[in-house]
Amino acid sequence: MRLLHLPSSVSHLSERAINQELKDSQREQSLYVLRLLVAAAVVLGLALALGLRYYSLQIESHQHYVAASEENRVHVRPVAPIRGLIYDRNGELLADNRPSFILRIVVERTDDLDGLLAQLRQMVDISDQQVAQFKKRLQRRHPYEAIALRYNLSERERGILAVDAHRLPGVEVAAQVVRYYPQKERLAHVLGYVSRISEGDLRGRDEQRYRGTDVIGKRGLEYHYEDILLGGVGSENVETNSRGRVMRVLERNDPQPGKNLQLFLDSRLQQVALDALQGERGSVVALDTTTGGVLAMVSAPGYDSNLFVTGISHKDYGELRDSLDKPLLNRTLQGTYPPASTVKPAYGLAMLKSGVATANTEVWAPGHFRLPNIDHEYRCWERRGHGHVNMRSAIQQSCDIYFYKLAYQMGIDQMAPMGRSVGLGQPTGIDMSGEKVGVMPSREWKQGARGVSWYHGDTINASIGQGFTAATPLQLAVMAMRLANRGESRPPKLVQSVGGEPIDLEPPMQHIVADSAHWDVVQGAMESVIHTLKGTANAVAKGLQYRMAGKTGTAQVVSIAQGEKYDAEILTKRTLPHALFIGYAPADDPKIAVAVIIENGEKSSRSAKVARQVMDAWLLEYSDQPLVTDDGQ
Amino acid sequence: MQNDFVRHLRQHSTGMYRKNRWQKLHLDMPLILLLMLLCGIGLMVLYSASEQSQHYLKRQMVFYAVGFVVMLVTAQLSPRLLARWALLPYAIGLLLLVAVLFFGVGAKGAQRWLELGGFRFQPSEIMKVAVPLMLASYLGQRHLPPTLRYVLAALLMMVLPALLVGLQPDLGTALLIFASGFFVLFLAGLHKRYMLGAGLLAMAAIPLFWLFLLHDYQKQRILTLLDPQADRLGSGWNIIQSTTAIGSGGWQGKGWMQGTQSQLDFLPEPHTDFIIAVFSEEFGLAGVLSLLGLYLLIVGRCLFLALRASNMFGRLLAGSIALTFFVYVVVNMGMVSGVLPVVGVPLPLVSYGGTSIVTLMLGFGMLMAVCVDKR
Repeated sequence: MRLLHLPSSVSHLSERAINQELKDSQREQSLYVLRLLVAAAVVLGLALALGLRYYSLQIESHQHYVAASEENRVHVRPVAPIRGLIYDRNGELLADNRPSFILRIVVERTDDLDGLLAQLRQMVDISDQQVAQFKKRLQRRHPYEAIALRYNLSERERGILAVDAHRLPGVEVAAQVVRYYPQKERLAHVLGYVSRISEGDLRGRDEQRYRGTDVIGKRGLEYHYEDILLGGVGSENVETNSRGRVMRVLERNDPQPGKNLQLFLDSRLQQVALDALQGERGSVVALDTTTGGVLAMVSAPGYDSNLFVTGISHKDYGELRDSLDKPLLNRTLQGTYPPASTVKPAYGLAMLKSGVATANTEVWAPGHFRLPNIDHEYRCWERRGHGHVNMRSAIQQSCDIYFYKLAYQMGIDQMAPMGRSVGLGQPTGIDMSGEKVGVMPSREWKQGARGVSWYHGDTINASIGQGFTAATPLQLAVMAMRLANRGESRPPKLVQSVGGEPIDLEPPMQHIVADSAHWDVVQGAMESVIHTLKGTANAVAKGLQYRMAGKTGTAQVVSIAQGEKYDAEILTKRTLPHALFIGYAPADDPKIAVAVIIENGEKSSRSAKVARQVMDAWLLEYSDQPLVTDDGQ
Repeated sequence: MQNDFVRHLRQHSTGMYRKNRWQKLHLDMPLILLLMLLCGIGLMVLYSASEQSQHYLKRQMVFYAVGFVVMLVTAQLSPRLLARWALLPYAIGLLLLVAVLFFGVGAKGAQRWLELGGFRFQPSEIMKVAVPLMLASYLGQRHLPPTLRYVLAALLMMVLPALLVGLQPDLGTALLIFASGFFVLFLAGLHKRYMLGAGLLAMAAIPLFWLFLLHDYQKQRILTLLDPQADRLGSGWNIIQSTTAIGSGGWQGKGWMQGTQSQLDFLPEPHTDFIIAVFSEEFGLAGVLSLLGLYLLIVGRCLFLALRASNMFGRLLAGSIALTFFVYVVVNMGMVSGVLPVVGVPLPLVSYGGTSIVTLMLGFGMLMAVCVDKR
């Protein structure tokens, strides 16, 4: 500070210097030197200040900035687990993971998202719909999470993007595994599919588990076993540059892969069943009567589930959704049909149990039946009537009149418990979501559901599995299984082992308690359906290498979709009755129970033929212990 | 005692300066060696800051070469010639600055360049040397300290170009032009009371500046300085990233080409204005203090040379050039470390860029021309 005083004294001197007319005087020089010294001092002071500033940043706040720089460059990224695979009982792969290349964007790294999207759309094919889906996905995401824009990049597209990578901040091409279903249509309804996670999908789920994962099981086993197939999310610390490009992986917590599923189902048997339907609409369910394992489960027509994995187009989806054949409907679980005459063995058993009939009770069956004081005439499918029939011949020939008469005597209150015991109107307990329970009508049910009291006519309709009665093909298969096992069964199951560990089977339950003599009558009658000339399914008996038991059914099509325009031929076709069959084999030692429905199939023997093909394939060829047949030796 | 010291220095300045063969060429070898050392460091940091870019490295070497040639040639000009023709570059520069206002081209709302036959240049750069030259020449002929009349004339000479550059707008260069002029006035012995008055006037003008003259982005930069966290990903990004780079360097630094902030592109402009952040991150406080020391040695050598100039014109010019050089350092290191607003001032002779290198070397050439004079 004292130095600063000097210039004034010097300037005081210099005023005199002017008088002396001395240019470049010593005083001027002194003044200059002094000023230069002041300046030098200021320079040193500023240098000191700068040094202190850098000292404060680099030494005092060093730890803080080290943390900040680490935070900058190191990002924790979720690592999606590999989804569990699904195999059939023989180890055939049904749901696979395949590599696919994905175009993703880290939005934080882009200055101008819309500009970037426009730029990308000039380089690779990206539809409006894909952009819309991308923007929807942006709604729920974590900071710095890469969001998928386009899947299945071709090699050419990957090349184009790689060349211009430096001009596309925030854009990355990632290899990711994508679900693939090699069997396509054949198992669509069983496996279901995975697809993009949409807003509602994670409700009630742990969102953390889905970090890094962008698909979720939507239908079928993929949906039901989602938690097991998904696995546990892992993480990795990656070093990224300011544009989000990953430079290297620093640390990694491996994800827990999802567990593999092995099914009871035999994909060869599935193929046999599908082929047997010969392109008709319908379904086939085959159960292992010992374990309850589902051996085949066909709902036709199907669809290619791979379409949904990376996002189905509006057009494709519209076609599937609007098709009259309803390919998206899983008929085995969600199609409900009148079980028709397939319920007769069960009601026969109920009649024997309740004492309304014995094995020898004879009924005169003239082909029509009339309730007292009611004009309406109930007809038998056989207009001419069956004459005198007993329990065995009534089941064998599917005589309606026998069941009308005795059901009228027995009443719905005796029938309904038996119906429920064979599984009608009850959930089967299968390990798949969304099954319909159908209807086993009763007084309480009608009062509750319709608000109307029960009429005798309802009993008559119920006795032949028509009217209010509705069941899924799976329920019919369960009914066949329970009849085969004399009332004892396990719930049907698709999955037999998870991650190599067999699932504990539930202990079998005795659903129906009846005298073995009564069972002999009913089971014998079901055998006669196949093996006697008058049996309604005698057509399939030819060349049969084992004894088979079953029951046919022909379900009236109550209503068809009205008000739709389609040509007369299809209209007629769709008014034909459904062809049903339930059965099991071998009759003396049941191993497989089958239910078949051919929609508008008209003749139930057609369904019986489908069932026989499935049974043949299973019992003689695919089963773990094929039957040793007489001519097989 | 202080007077004795001043007298001693004064005698020293005219006395014991022995000539050698370099001095015959008007060259000061210590200064040249210091500058070469600085350029060497510059190349090393640039290589790391530009992500090992051969392209930048080669071009920067060309700039250095051109700069040294310009310096060597300029050093040969006689001080008398420089003083006599000082008006010429100043007048031309002023004309070009006016031309920039009307015909200039540029980017991001700033109009700084003139385009002549495909060649782009910034007339404001001329003024960085033309203004001290002009003022030194003007005041060097007067009795010192200057009277109010000359002070006002000198003030006009420096404020006019500074204002024109400030309007482009290029606050950093305007500041440097103003500083170079002010140093001439200061060294010429400007009265304390004038400085005090000007200081008060400037303080009073700050609100006016804020309201009428500063662009929004300039205001934003000043606000950002006060609270960089307010807009982390926007205007605060640069400062947050550069202080993070500097701070994470510690004592030793992360090592050459090992700075994560710079190598992973978190730093803005890592090879130009923010190159000191790269240097700080990779070489730590030890490196920063060494570099600062080198700058001080250069400034010190220049000030020492300034004392030896044969006349007042030379002394004023040399002093101004030396001090302005240090202003570059302070403003750049200050803005990158977050204590000064971000104005586009490069780290002298280290930041990538031909214009600033050539201008600076031109300055050193003039300095040697007036200081290492044949007696």
